[in-house]
Amino acid sequence: MTKQATPTPSRAGDEEASSTGVVEKEEVKTSNKADLRQEHQAQKDEQKNRIEQLDEETLLRMLHEMILIRRFEEKCAESYSLGKIGGFCHLYIGQEAVAVGSLAAIRPDDYVLTSYRDHGHALVKGTSPDEVMAELYGKASGCSAGKGGSMHLFDSSVNFLGGHAIVGGQIPLATGVAFASKYKGTDQVTLVFFGEAAVNQGAFHESLNMAQLWKIPCIYICENNQYGMGTSLERAMSLQDVSQKACAYELASEFVDGMDVLAVREAVARAVERGRKHSLPTLLEVRTYRFMGHSMSDPGNYRTRAEIEKHQERDPIKLFTASLKEKGILTDDRLAEIEKEVHEAVDHAARFADESPEPDPKELYTDVYANQ
Amino acid sequence: MAVMTMREALNQALREELQRDENVFLMGEEVAAYQGAYKVSKGLLEEFGDKRVIDTPITELGFAGLGVGAAMVGLRPVVEFMTFNFSILATDQIINSAAKMLYMSGGQYKIPIVFRGPNGSAFQVSSQHSQAMESWYSYFPGVKVVMPSTPADAKGLLKSAIRDDDPVIFLEQERMYGNKGEVPEDEDFTIPLGVADIKREGKDATIVARSLMVPVALKAAEELEKQGVSCEVVDPRTIRPLDIETIISSVKKTNRVVIAEESHPFCGVGAEICAQITERAFDYLDAPVKRVSGADVPMPYAKNLEKLAIPDVETIIKAVREVAYLD
Repeated sequence: MTKQATPTPSRAGDEEASSTGVVEKEEVKTSNKADLRQEHQAQKDEQKNRIEQLDEETLLRMLHEMILIRRFEEKCAESYSLGKIGGFCHLYIGQEAVAVGSLAAIRPDDYVLTSYRDHGHALVKGTSPDEVMAELYGKASGCSAGKGGSMHLFDSSVNFLGGHAIVGGQIPLATGVAFASKYKGTDQVTLVFFGEAAVNQGAFHESLNMAQLWKIPCIYICENNQYGMGTSLERAMSLQDVSQKACAYELASEFVDGMDVLAVREAVARAVERGRKHSLPTLLEVRTYRFMGHSMSDPGNYRTRAEIEKHQERDPIKLFTASLKEKGILTDDRLAEIEKEVHEAVDHAARFADESPEPDPKELYTDVYANQ
Repeated sequence: MAVMTMREALNQALREELQRDENVFLMGEEVAAYQGAYKVSKGLLEEFGDKRVIDTPITELGFAGLGVGAAMVGLRPVVEFMTFNFSILATDQIINSAAKMLYMSGGQYKIPIVFRGPNGSAFQVSSQHSQAMESWYSYFPGVKVVMPSTPADAKGLLKSAIRDDDPVIFLEQERMYGNKGEVPEDEDFTIPLGVADIKREGKDATIVARSLMVPVALKAAEELEKQGVSCEVVDPRTIRPLDIETIISSVKKTNRVVIAEESHPFCGVGAEICAQITERAFDYLDAPVKRVSGADVPMPYAKNLEKLAIPDVETIIKAVREVAYLD
C-alpha cells in the first residue's frame, strides 16, 4: 500500500519508545474528497494547538520568513525571464514551511546544508536577500562572490554550508560536518535537506549507516515533494515510504506534514534534542509539494493542473496565515505590513544585485587553491 | 638519518602529524584494528585511540564525503583508500565536492584533506586492482596530486600534504612499500609540494619518471652510463602543481627526453608533460619526446603478461637509445 498525497499529522518521536530506535508509523488512511476536507480541518485544528506553545514574536517571524521566500522566489522567476539570472534556477515555492519550520528549531551556530534548491534555506539561515540575489545575478557582492550561482549559495558567517548540485552529494558532507562537532565535543547539530529522489542514491544509505553506527548528530530532512524532476515518486522508488528506510539503519524517524510549518518545527525540535543530548541522528520525511516546475526551464508536462491545485489548497502560507488569524495573533493590517516589508526587502535585493559590479576578471583564477 | 622502508616512513609521518595536531585523524577500511591492509597505520590505534584512528565500513563514497564535510569545519582528515582502485567509488565527493568547494563558495570553505593509499600495479592482482589513477585526479583544478618514490620523499611530502589547506591525493605504490632508504628523523622535516627532485644528474638525456618508475629509471641510467650515455633522472614528485621549470631546465641541458610512467599512455600525465615540453622547449629538442608507458590494456593476471604490461629497465634503455639516435 503506497502512501497517499495527503500526509498524516506529525507523530511523536521518542527514541526510547522503540527498542530499535525507530518510531512506529501510524496506519496511513486513504481518503475520498469528503474525508479530505475533514482531514484538512483536523490539521488546521492541530496547527492551532501548536500555536499556543509559541510566542507571538516567533510565530510572526516564521510567517515573515515564509512570505519572504515566496516573494523572493517570485522575483527570481521574473528576473530569470528577463535574463538577469542565468543557468539553472530551482524555486522553493510551495515548500517554504520545511526550511522555515526546521530552522526555527535550531541555534544560529548549528549547521545547515542543502541541495541546489537552496534560496529559501540560505535566507532563513540568515544570509541577506541582497547577497543571495546578487549571487543569482552573478555579481561580486553575492554570498559566493559570484562563483557559485543559484545552486551553490554559501555563507560561512551564518554556518550555511551550501548549496550542492549533485543529487544526494550533500548528505555525506553533512554527516562529516556533524561528525566534526562530535569530534570537537561541541553540542552543535547539523541539518541536511534533500529531495526524495536523493534517497535512491548510495550516498544517502552510506551516510545513514555511518551516522547511526558512530552516533553522529546529523538530522536528515527529506523534503518529499513527490517528483524527482519529471519522474514521480511512484515511478522511481520501490518502497515509497521514505521514513521507513530508517529501519534499515536503526535510525529514529518521523513522517511530517510539510505544509504545516509548526508540525515541521516540532518534529525537528525533537530531532535536535536527540542530536544535542544523545548525539543521535534522525531521519525526517517531510511531505511537501513544489508549486512550480523542477527548474525555470521545466514546462511541467508530467503533472496535471488539477493535481497542483489540489496541493495549493494546502498552501503552507495560506494555512499558517489562516490559523494565526483565527487565533487572533495576526490581523489584516499586520499581514499587509509584513507583505510591505517583504516587498521592500525583495525590491532592495533586486536593485542591489542589479547595481553591484560583476566579479573582477582577476577573480577567475582566485580561490582554486587556499594559499594562492 | 635512519634507514627505513617506505611503509615505515609513511607511518612515521602519520604518527608525527597525529601528535602535532589534534584535528588530524585517520580513517579508512582496516586502518585501525587490522593495522592497515599494508600496515602503513601499524600501531596508530594503540597510540591515538579509536577517536582518531577509525575503521570504516566498506563505503568509499560515504567516508570520503564524510571526510570532506569534516574538513569544511576545521578538521584535517587523512582518508586511506585500501587501494586507489576503490577511490573510483568516491570520485563524486573528491571531484564534485572537495576539488570545487573553495571556488564555488567564493573562497569561504577550504578543504584540508588527504586521500592516500596505494596506486598502480601490485603483484598479479589483475585488472580491477592494478590501475594508476594519477591522470584522473590531476585533471581537476582544486586538488593537488603527490607521488613519492623514496621513503624520505614519502615522509616529507605526506607531512606537507597533511599540513596543506587543499585536498591532496597522495598516491603510494604497493610494490614500493618495502623499498628502503635514508629518512631524516627530524619532526620538522617536510618537503614542499610542487618541487621536483633531480634523482640523478646527467647531460645526454632526461628521463622524467615518477613513483614506481623512478627506481627503474635509475637502474636504466646506471646501465646507460656503462654504454656511454649520461642520463638525468627528474622526479616531479608532485603532479599537480607540476614543477615544469625543473623539467624544462633539464631538457634545455640534455636536449633529449624520455617520459617513463606506469600508467596508460592515452590522456596520461606523460602526455601532459610532453605537451608542455613541446610548448616550452621545442627548439631545444634534438629528437621527438618519447613516452614509455604501461600497456594500453586492462592489466592481465598471468605473470608473463603482467610483466609485459609494465615498463622495465630494458624498455627505458631502448627508449633513451632511440632519442639519442644510437640504434
